[in-house]
Amino acid sequence: MPSFILRAANRILVGLILVFSVYLLLRGHNAPGGGFSAALVAATGFALFAIAEGPQPVRQALRIDPLVLVAWGLLLAIGSGLMAVVTGQPYLTGLWWPADATVDTPAVGTPLLFDVGVFLAVLGTILTLILHLEES
Amino acid sequence: MNGLLVAPIIVPFAAAALALLGRRRPLFQHVSALTVAAIHLVAGGWLLYQVHHQGIAVLHVGGWPAPFGIALVADHLSALMVLITGVVYGAVVVYSRAEISADDIRRGYYPLLHILVGGISGAFLTGDLFNLYVWFEVMLMASFALLVLGRTRAQIKGGVTYVVINLFATLLFLTGLGMVYGMTGTLNMAHLHLKLRAVADPGQVAAVSVLFLTAFGIKSGLFPLFFWLPASYHTPPVAVSAIFSGLLTKVGVYALIRTFTLIFPFGSSGLQELVLAAAALTMITGVLGAAAQSDIRRILSFHIISQVGYMVLGLGLFTPLALAGAVFYLLHHIVVKANLFLISGLIRQRGGSFALKRIGGMYARGLLALLFFIPAFSLAGFPPLSGFWAKMILIRSSLDSGQFVLAGVAAAVGLLTVYSMTKIWNEAFWKPMPTTETAIVQNRVSVWMTAPVVALVLLTVCIGFWPEPFVQLARTAAEELLDPMAYVYTVVGEMR
Repeated sequence: MPSFILRAANRILVGLILVFSVYLLLRGHNAPGGGFSAALVAATGFALFAIAEGPQPVRQALRIDPLVLVAWGLLLAIGSGLMAVVTGQPYLTGLWWPADATVDTPAVGTPLLFDVGVFLAVLGTILTLILHLEES
Repeated sequence: MNGLLVAPIIVPFAAAALALLGRRRPLFQHVSALTVAAIHLVAGGWLLYQVHHQGIAVLHVGGWPAPFGIALVADHLSALMVLITGVVYGAVVVYSRAEISADDIRRGYYPLLHILVGGISGAFLTGDLFNLYVWFEVMLMASFALLVLGRTRAQIKGGVTYVVINLFATLLFLTGLGMVYGMTGTLNMAHLHLKLRAVADPGQVAAVSVLFLTAFGIKSGLFPLFFWLPASYHTPPVAVSAIFSGLLTKVGVYALIRTFTLIFPFGSSGLQELVLAAAALTMITGVLGAAAQSDIRRILSFHIISQVGYMVLGLGLFTPLALAGAVFYLLHHIVVKANLFLISGLIRQRGGSFALKRIGGMYARGLLALLFFIPAFSLAGFPPLSGFWAKMILIRSSLDSGQFVLAGVAAAVGLLTVYSMTKIWNEAFWKPMPTTETAIVQNRVSVWMTAPVVALVLLTVCIGFWPEPFVQLARTAAEELLDPMAYVYTVVGEMR
């Protein structure tokens, strides 16, 4: 039986960790962060959840199989590179909206899509491992 | 059409994602795998066509110019390797339909297979040393998971040996990478070709090149670092061991060839003698190890080692003819060796075992006997099969270089190969079926398993009777390797 303190703290901490991971994901292109590290942070949140409540509630909270996350992550990362190919540029070239964005102005681009893909793939892989380990 | 360079890499990865999405539908996984393998094969063929007619192709991924970004480069060697990867990929996918159990498919056989092929293609196409390291890791993880998929004791034991030794090799590789980067400030292979010449201390360069030699030597199963290979290759399903035997060690050989032609061309460092000695010892130990085995897949595993010795011999001699021989040997060997493993699966289906003691009487199965006979004796170097030409080119170039001992070793090892192929032949085919054993013998072998074997046998026969185009391609590849300026110029352009 996990401790009451851990379970109480869990409710606040998991949310905070997940918000922080989204923050890392979004700032990733121009500053330290990015899909990979954001996914690691998010995975620690889910790991904490799994330790406090057990793996089954985590699966219920996730609603989708982590392997599906891996698949969509891979497809998203590959697809984000293909957009540049469609416009006639080399694979994985970053496309930005607005196109004249600088470091200081907010902009959305295919690198963000790529990062989200990496995020999903890494998170899915780690969750698959963690949940299997917790269950066995 | 340089954008096509990413296709052999991203297509298998997309296939892995699709296979994960359809992981409860084996039929969907199989159909998508067939489609993707076909696309991979076509892309490889198209790539070779482009390279052959328009010269070396380069793609600066993300639009970042070399040496800052990662370049994908296809010269003749890379394109040939990608194409042959597609051939083995296709054969193995077809074979998997009948051979891979529903359990293995549920545990993720197809996604792992696709990731493995994506990693192999990446390793062949990358023009960046660090990127090569990443592809090695991708391959290592996917292949380890494939090795232990069935969760038997033998698989775990072989798998752990495999992963520990190979992780050690990648660690050495990474150390070498760090030192190279410290010396030159670049990891682009073409750029390194220029930069390493300017390093003041030749001792440093030689030391680092030995690190690379050791790392890739482990990967390719070179003497004395080969022992992980026969410990693991006979444990997984036949389709898996076929793709391992055909392609994995050959990525190591490819990396050796690429490193010691482009990055550290053999000079006066004495490394060439070391490579030649390792090649000779690899040939001998591999073939002697095979003679002591009595399980078909273990015999074949030891033969991979002795055959790797031939390819490295071609690299070590470092003449145009010898390198062409090494490239030709690679092509011939991948087809023949993967096929022999696939055939061992057919023998097991008919005889119920891989152990030579427990099977026999296969001679009555005329087609199976013929299918085994051709690649087995091609491997041993019987004229006019493909192995004969491969061995002849290499022995001829050893004689040209005045290396009579090496030529003798190569010829003698060929004879010993005949010995162990004859052993399989006598035990599995000539000898009557042991009556003491009541093995479950299946009389029907699925056409999914026979068809790829027949196709690869036809390819072997085709290379054997019509070697000219293959030799020409190998010669062009060797010329590019020995004079890397075209490669360097294509990748880094005017920048010096």
